[in-house]
Amino acid sequence: MALLTGEPLDLGALVAEVVGPHRGAVATFLGLVRDHHEGRSVLRLEYSAYPDMAEAEATAILGEASDRWPVELAARHRTGVLEVGEAAVAVAAAGAHRGEAFEACRYVIEELKRRVPIWKREYYADGSVGWVEPRS
Amino acid sequence: MSENASIRILAFARYAELLGADRFELSLPNPPTVQGALNDVRQLPGGEHLPTRVLMALNARQAQLSDPVSAGDELALLPPMAGG
Repeated sequence: MALLTGEPLDLGALVAEVVGPHRGAVATFLGLVRDHHEGRSVLRLEYSAYPDMAEAEATAILGEASDRWPVELAARHRTGVLEVGEAAVAVAAAGAHRGEAFEACRYVIEELKRRVPIWKREYYADGSVGWVEPRS
Repeated sequence: MSENASIRILAFARYAELLGADRFELSLPNPPTVQGALNDVRQLPGGEHLPTRVLMALNARQAQLSDPVSAGDELALLPPMAGG
């Protein structure tokens, strides 16, 4: 399934994509919109993406993780306007045991944040708007 | 007579705001490179505000400045990524 969606994320559905009778462990990650950033009060975020490249990088990342660990993986990232508390990104990793599930899940979210062309615009409580620049 | 290659430029987020557009065509003399195309974009209105280093993608994969560009290619200017 594709990485990007405009719909609210469903972690249960994501887990259903990766479970199997021989997989005894499922590790998941949810990234939610936070109400603060660098000391400023945040009302909402607007996520945008370069879809072709985002999908290509996500496919590559999931492939790297499943080459490295014996896991089944799924990841989803939402675009558009999200309110505080809503989920922007979800990752699910299922394996026979928790070691590989945790490690693969961590790898996927770290790489997604590092390599996938997605940007976020923050809407602050004081009415101003700004693009988020990650700390290098 | 040298032929010009027409390529599509995509700009995202802050860079689209700087350039006033999120997509446009650019005509470059053959054989152009990613660096050559970026130099041309810097000459456009708003392009002077682009940072010294700009992450580039060629046909939806990360590119080096020395990569050659062909007619019909899609070149994207990517601000630092902030997903997740």
